[in-house]
Amino acid sequence: MSAGDSAAVSAVEGKLAEVSTNSDLKSLPKRGKAASGRTLNTAQIQLVARHPEVYEPCDDSFALVDALLSDKAQLLALQPSLCLEVGCGSGYVVTSLAIMLRQLGSGTHYLATDINQHAVETTQATLEAHGIHADVIATDIVSGLEKRLAGMVDVVVVNPPYVPTPEEEIGIKGIASSWAGGLNGRQVIDRILPAVRELLSERGCMYMIALEDNDPLGICHLMNEKGYASRVLLKRCTEEESLYVLKFWQDPTAGSSASPSAKSPGSESSWISQLPFRSFWQKNNSSS
Amino acid sequence: MRLLTHNFLASNMKGVSTGYPLGLEVVKSTIKEVELNADFLRGILPKLDWRALAAATSAAGYPDLLPAEQPSEAEFFAEGAAEFEDSPIRRLHRALLEIHIDEGTLVCPESGRTFPIQKGVPNMILHEDEVRA
Repeated sequence: MSAGDSAAVSAVEGKLAEVSTNSDLKSLPKRGKAASGRTLNTAQIQLVARHPEVYEPCDDSFALVDALLSDKAQLLALQPSLCLEVGCGSGYVVTSLAIMLRQLGSGTHYLATDINQHAVETTQATLEAHGIHADVIATDIVSGLEKRLAGMVDVVVVNPPYVPTPEEEIGIKGIASSWAGGLNGRQVIDRILPAVRELLSERGCMYMIALEDNDPLGICHLMNEKGYASRVLLKRCTEEESLYVLKFWQDPTAGSSASPSAKSPGSESSWISQLPFRSFWQKNNSSS
Repeated sequence: MRLLTHNFLASNMKGVSTGYPLGLEVVKSTIKEVELNADFLRGILPKLDWRALAAATSAAGYPDLLPAEQPSEAEFFAEGAAEFEDSPIRRLHRALLEIHIDEGTLVCPESGRTFPIQKGVPNMILHEDEVRA
């Protein structure tokens, strides 16, 4: 599979000029600078399909992909057989994940879901333009997959709708579903977390974006209570927001029985030592 | 959508207990050849529901591709088996990863609710009154 994919990708690279000048179908690349640095390990921004009702790759998408790249050695060591993106939007992230793992000889099946019909079509076009195949499913989070895939998915990536909005904006069709997160931007995130926990394999891990407003420490705390260790892979402040990329994985020593503060600060799996945002810790600690 | 993904989908409607396997009605399917990866197949085999896969392969228009009962691991992974066009592992590879359902319908075995497959994408989105509380 990997050999076929890389052949297809280089074929696509050869036709780059032709594709990007075809402005009838795809608007011209706006992020030439980003694209030049992202040709080998990630999806190419010029080849990402676009639709007015689909969220385009933006700072958060780049942060998530950069975090995945920074964790590439761990991803490769995991040899994931099933990978899933929840809320695939343009397809930039799942395509990048497949490209960065294509050297794996063990083979990987990629699944991607989105509740927005335009997003699933856009993701398919992006995948196709890169010569990558993933099966795309139009569904709410992972609805329809939870029974058969329970405990079977090795890697889950999520760029959730995290923007704090009035509750009634949740459920609006189209592009709003890519950002409307309700109260504290947590309403969809709080549905995604338990659904993904059900799907993760024993050695599986989840990569998720969160905003400072979402209370990332609170999210880590909640996952810790359910037996997951966590780590901040990346923190990035943009003009508009502070983004965190969080990684979660099952940890037998995590859980409600162990007080997080009692953990050894130097331990690899110690989640609290990995959190750079002390103000959140204090806020959370004093309220509990 | 490939049949490997069909094997992982179930109906999630309110009131449905197993909702599996989903019936498959195919209007259009295509074959896209990809390189066979024996390691991947070995890993995925224990995760498959064979009967669901055999039924779906049949429904996709390939009734003779897979036997009704799952061959043994020894039959699948015999030395050099992948070299033979007709070997169990080649057939499994084709069924799981090379048959693409482009247009068709998934059918919930309990409620009869249908889920369309359009342009290769199954639509599992439920109406508000079908979602579990």
